[in-house]
Order: sequence, then C-alpha cells, then structure tokens
Amino acid sequence: MMGPNLFANYGEAVSAILFCIGFTNLLLQTNLIKKIIGLNIMDSAIYLFLAEKGYIAGRVAPIVVDGVTSTEAYINPIPSGLVLTGIVVSVSVTALMLSLTIRLYTRYHTLDLDEISMQLKKEGR
Amino acid sequence: MNFICNFPFFSILLSLFSGTICSVLPAKAAKVVNRAVIIVIGLLSAILLLYLLSVGEPFVYWMGHFPAPWGNEIRAGVLEAGMAMFFCIIMYLSMAGGAHKLYDEVDESKHNLYYILVNLLLSSLLALVYTNDMFTAYVFVEINTISACGLIMIRQVGRTIEAAVRYMIMSLLGSGLLLFGLCIMYDLTGHLLMSNIKASVGPLVANVEYQIPLIVSIALMCVGLCIKSALFPFHAWLPDAYGYSTVSSAAILSSLVSKGYIFLLIKIIYRVIGFDIFNSTRIIDVLFVFGLMGMIFGSISAIRENDIRRMIAFSSVAQIGYIYMGFGMGTQTGMVASVYHILSHAATKSLLFIAAIGLTEVSGGSRKFVDLTGAGYRNKWAGVAFTVGSLSMVGVPLFSGFISKLLFAQAAVQVEGKMLASLIVLGISTVLNAIYFMKTVIRIYTSVKDSPYESITFGKMKIHAITLMFFILLNVILGVSSQPIVDLIVQGLAMFS
Repeated sequence: MMGPNLFANYGEAVSAILFCIGFTNLLLQTNLIKKIIGLNIMDSAIYLFLAEKGYIAGRVAPIVVDGVTSTEAYINPIPSGLVLTGIVVSVSVTALMLSLTIRLYTRYHTLDLDEISMQLKKEGR
Repeated sequence: MNFICNFPFFSILLSLFSGTICSVLPAKAAKVVNRAVIIVIGLLSAILLLYLLSVGEPFVYWMGHFPAPWGNEIRAGVLEAGMAMFFCIIMYLSMAGGAHKLYDEVDESKHNLYYILVNLLLSSLLALVYTNDMFTAYVFVEINTISACGLIMIRQVGRTIEAAVRYMIMSLLGSGLLLFGLCIMYDLTGHLLMSNIKASVGPLVANVEYQIPLIVSIALMCVGLCIKSALFPFHAWLPDAYGYSTVSSAAILSSLVSKGYIFLLIKIIYRVIGFDIFNSTRIIDVLFVFGLMGMIFGSISAIRENDIRRMIAFSSVAQIGYIYMGFGMGTQTGMVASVYHILSHAATKSLLFIAAIGLTEVSGGSRKFVDLTGAGYRNKWAGVAFTVGSLSMVGVPLFSGFISKLLFAQAAVQVEGKMLASLIVLGISTVLNAIYFMKTVIRIYTSVKDSPYESITFGKMKIHAITLMFFILLNVILGVSSQPIVDLIVQGLAMFS
C-alpha cells in the first residue's frame, strides 16, 4: 500500500524529506548562516507541499477567459494564496534572523553560536 | 447584530494602528498612547464580557461580509473576552511596574520602538484569542514571535541578543511544525475555518479514513505549540530570555506570550479537532508525561540557580508543566484547572518579576543571592510582594496558586490510571517549589549588620509600589473568589464546542 502511494505522491514525499532536512539543519547546525539556510529549506518545503496539493493536472488558474465558468476547468486558488502569505512571513523572519546574526558577528567576530555562548560565559554578565 | 459585536475587531485593529502611530511619535507621547490603548482595549473587552454573559451564547463576526466557507471570521465567547481583558490588565501592570527600569536600560531614542513592539504583541495576542481561522492564527503566531524577539533584544547587551537568537530558532522550529500540521489538516478537510474543519474531522474519524495523516497533523500542531510555549525539553532558550531582558519584557513574555500559544492550543483542541477525538489519541499521554517531567526538572533547575531572575524563569518551566499535565488528564475538570492555572500563573509570575527588580535595585543591581541578603528590609514593598508571590507559587491558601493546585488535585482524583502519578508529582513539585521560594524569602528577610546598600523610601518608588499592590490584590482576588471564576471558565469552555 505504501509503495504505489509513495510513487503517486512523490512531490509530497520530497517535500516531507526536504522539511526534515531543513528542520535538522535549523536545530543542529551551530553556524548561524547554516541555520538560516535550514530555516529557508524548511519553509520552502512546506510551500512545495501546498503547491503540490493545490495543483490538479490539466486545470488552470481561476481567471475566466473565453467564458468558461465550469468549476471543473479551474484549480482552487487558496493554496497559492497561502504560499504567497507564507513567503512574506518567512522573508520577514529571515531578515530578522540575519540582522541578529550581524549584531552578534560584529560583537563576537564569529558565527558559531556555541562559541558565542562560551565567550558570554567568560564575560560573566 | 449588536454594535458590541464589533468590539473584538476594534480592539485588534486599534492596537495594530496605535503601533503604527507610535513609530512617528516622541517617546513620551508614545508611552501615553500605549497606556491609553491598553486601558481602552481592557474596557472594551470588559463590556464585551458583560454583554456575552447577558446574552449567554457566543457570536461569529464576518470579516469583510463573506459567509462561512469563504470569508475570514472572528469568534467571541465568554472565555475569549475574559482572557482578552485579563491579558490587558497584566500587560498594563507589567508596563507600569517596569517603566523606571526601561529608562535605565534602554536608550531614550528607542523607547517609542519599544511601545510599537508592545502594541504589536497585544494585537497579535488578541488575534490569537479571537480568530476563527487557522491560517490567520499562524500569521499572528509569527507576528507574536517577531515582536517578542524585539522585546527581548531592546536592551542591547550580548546576552539578550544571544537569547533572542535562541528564542527565534526554537520559535521558528515550532511555527514550521505548526504550519506543516495545518497544511496537512487543510488537505484532509478542505477548510481553514475552525468550525468547518471540525465538521469534516468528525466524519473522517467515524468512517476510519485517513487515520495516520490526521494523527500526524494533530501531533505536528501540538508539538509546534509546545515548543513555542516552552514545555520541558524545549525550554533551553527560556532562562536567558527571561533573565536578562528588561523587566517589563520578562514579565510580559512569561505571563502573556507563552499563554497566548497555550490558549491557541486549547482552541485547536476544542474547536478544530474536538475534545473527544483529541482525547482518544495517544497524544494526551505524551503531553501528560512531558508535563510531569517539566514540573520536576524545572523546579530542580530553579533550586540549583544562583541568580534570582533566572530562578523565577526556571520556575516558569515547572508551571507550564502543570498546565500541560491538566491537558494530559483528558477530562473537562483537568482542562478547567489548566485554564485557571494560566490566569494564576500569569498574575503570580509577573508579580515575582516586578518584585524581584525592586529587590535587586536595593542590592546594588546584583541578582546574586549573597547580595540580596536583607533586601526585604531595604525595600519593604518589594519584599512583601515577593513573599506574596512565593506563597502563591508554593500553594498557600488565600492566594491563587492554592486554588490551581486544589483544582489539579481534584481533577487528578477523577482520572483512573493517571491519578497516582499526578498526585505524587504534584506533591513533589510543591515541596521543590517551597524549597527554592522559601529559601529566597528567608534570604531576603535575614538581617545583616552594616549592609553596604542603602534602603529605599516609598516616595522614590511610588508607581512601582502601587503596581505591586495591584498585583497582590489581583492575586488575592483570584485566590479568594475562585468559584465565580471557575464557573466562568466552565461556561466559556462549554461555549467552545
């Protein structure tokens, strides 16, 4: 049962794998830039999942041309709308993370989060 | 539709709008606008609460005049309105109590930025409380994260920036999981509005279809919100974020931000998945176990801590554990106890943070216990307030903490199989709480001869002392008149389903 399902839904399977890759990178990398890359992989994987689920082969975006009004001809526009909203959110979060990274780099001259923690302990504040 | 039904929408928009205005105002004016907006929203929520109590049923508010499956909706019941009012009270008191510290720690040119963040935070909290749409909830969860991160790092020292980075990382992991769970749920049901999802989930479960994706989706949403609200194994960011940020931020973060996520989880349990379906999954057992572990390990970490602010922060981990233990019991009474504990913990923890800052100020700014010896005599008001907060946390009658422990114990007795574990851990946790809070209280009331630090008079800390009195009053009200509040919570939870 698993095999044919997996083959038919390979897009979803790929997005789940990418999500896991991004998630582990964000969690386990110590380099801040690599963490941010992980964050972006994770978020993009979710958008891939939404796009994959929202598309039905043979149908087009719901913009009426040539007077075709049957719902069979069009896809649901909401998943695409969600992807757009999600992209806006993830861009702003990435920008915030990058600015924090710059702050830390100018103070401690390293991108390694563990090393920054060590230096902070040494400062003792 | 009554005019009062517009109030939830007004409150969200008012705080968003005032946040925008604060960016161009000078610091003093921004402060006035911020305080006024919090008071106005508190009043609006109080009127809404009274209206809902008199009508006796919740209402749904269409955003933009599109009916149910297409439009976005706001929904208000007794619990939502009560929560919004309570959040406003706590936020006002936390801002007032920490205002003088803000002047010490943050450059004056940045004060209006602080008020923008507070307004944004309030609007996102209100949106989380009122919204009836899952994707809107996700967007406001992210706004909440961003503004909370700003609140942590408004005081620019190395520790707070590092804490903000760690907070962001954990929060983003949590919101990634939440979003993925939400997308799977959307694919299964085809809806984003909570009531429509619930109507579709029921038949799915009844016909035993798509069981695994449904469980995965519920689990992802739960884990995401658990990470964001700092349940036990995910609490690594918490002590630094609460311990080194400016005190208003610490009070707001511990008592409001994590509670906003927990409230969203309650809404998901009741209004998206359905209470019975949620309880038939094994997820509640996982929440139960991690709640219990949090109660013990949070307290142990707090005992080992030598810094008063970090000790209070670790105590939050234990208290979040209590709330999740209530979820894990899987009964209505357990849930009522959890909601009551949200109120009780929010009132007590912000009191402790604000009182602790009064104690450290008369100890030369040091947070170490050695320097705090006798601080209760040097700053009498903060000493009394800290003692009240500690007694409440330990669970002494008359204060709110006692009632929540009582409710948890009553709920535990009714659950077969989980009774023994909950009661034992509740007992152990109370003893551990008593150890570290009473240790601190004894320490601040140990008199020292020829102390190097000066004591402070009432005249120099009027606002701080008055705020502390209001906090104590709130705590005693929660503790003494618990029955009406519990009735309200029961009524509110009944309105959810």
